[in-house]
Formats: sequence, C-alpha cells, structure tokens
Amino acid sequence: MNAQDVLDMSINIALVLLSLAFLLTIFRIVKGPTLPDRILGLDMLVGAAIGYIAVIGVKTGYTLYVDIAIALGLVGFLATVAFARFILVRGQADEGGTEDGHEMDPDKVIDQKMGELGTKLRSSDNEKQGS
Amino acid sequence: MEDLGTCIVSFLIIVGAFFALVASVGLLRLPDVYSRMHAASKAGTLGSGLMLIALAIYSDDLATITRALIGVVFFLLTAPIASHLLAKAAYAVGYRLSDISVMDEMSKSDPLKDKNA
Repeated sequence: MNAQDVLDMSINIALVLLSLAFLLTIFRIVKGPTLPDRILGLDMLVGAAIGYIAVIGVKTGYTLYVDIAIALGLVGFLATVAFARFILVRGQADEGGTEDGHEMDPDKVIDQKMGELGTKLRSSDNEKQGS
Repeated sequence: MEDLGTCIVSFLIIVGAFFALVASVGLLRLPDVYSRMHAASKAGTLGSGLMLIALAIYSDDLATITRALIGVVFFLLTAPIASHLLAKAAYAVGYRLSDISVMDEMSKSDPLKDKNA
C-alpha cells in the first residue's frame, strides 16, 4: 500500500465526512428556529463548500475552482454582513425559542406579553387623562 | 520524500473534513444562536483552512499555492468579522440566550440573573 493509495482513501473519507457536514448544516437551516440560525447555517455552508473545492482540487488536479472558492468566500462574507444589517433593521426577535424548549417557557412568555399589554394600556390611559 | 508530502496531505484533508463535520454537529446540537456561532465560525474556519493548506502542499504550481494560501488568509480575516457582526445584531435586536447558559456579560442589569435582556 503506497502513499497514493492512502491519499485516495483519505480523499474518499473526507468527501463522505464533508457530505455529512453538508447534510447536518442543511438540516439546521431548514429547522431554524430563528433567522440568525439560518444565516449561520448558510455561512457554514459556504465554508464547507470551500473545503469541498479544495478536496476536489487535490483529487482531480483541476485547481481552476480555487478562484471560485475565493469568490465564494467573498460573497458569503458580504451576504452574512448584509443579513446582519437586515436583522438589525428588521428589529424583531419574537419568533419562538430554541429547540428543546430551553427558552420557550410558556408562563414566562405569557407574563411578558401581559406586562407589555399592561404598560400599553396604562400609557394610553395617561394620554387620555392628559388631553 | 514525496511519500511524506502525500501522507501529510492525506492527514490534513482528513483532519479538515473532520473539523467541518464537528462544526456542523455543533451547529445542530448546541442550544442557542450564540453557542452555535462559536461552533460554526471556529471549527468551520479551521476545517476549510486545513483543506486549502493541503491543496497548497499537494500542488506543485506556484499560482495554485498562492491562491490557496490567499484563500486561507481571506477566510481567516472574514469569518470572525462576519460572525461577530451577526452576534451583535442578534443581541441588539433581542434574541435571547438559552436558559441553561450561566451568565450574560453584556446585560445592562445583573449579568448573572438577567439572561433575557
């Protein structure tokens, strides 16, 4: 078993591992549950794609795709920055909690909503009395 | 000598793919956005960086080596910036930490208790 055989085998193993990584990341993107999770998944997908391109470059010797990997990294970075701006501008975070219900305590949510409602009612009362 | 280079390349490729897999498992398993971010940006960057370095070692063409190394440097520069920006935006808008996290140092009131700021 010479070094070339070892390289071929490890390339195959790496491609399998990368495909698994792709699938798990896509599962996270589909599942969410929040917008930053999905954006993070897309960012991770770009990283995995760059790794895939590098492995394909070693396997086939076709290294033209490395240029595309650099461009993909740039586009992924700009997309993440733009999405971060979008989160900041959109300014709403009430799309539920994480999986396993770690932060979705229904009592807490109800308390919070009732508190907001109370302050709203009180402030509108104050406005009525003022006018 | 050539065999040694090929072995190093196979080692780097396997370790890089393993780290990419670890990053995506962390993305799947960790409880909230901020801890997922820590998995994706550190392990993911290390994974693809190692695979690009393997390509640079394997290739005997100077242009390819330069491009692969430039890709590594570029990725190391941009990945932390992107995830830091995303974390700041998510925190500013009010995405909460998970209930099992211990403290929130950016909270304006009590860092140990007020995790839902």
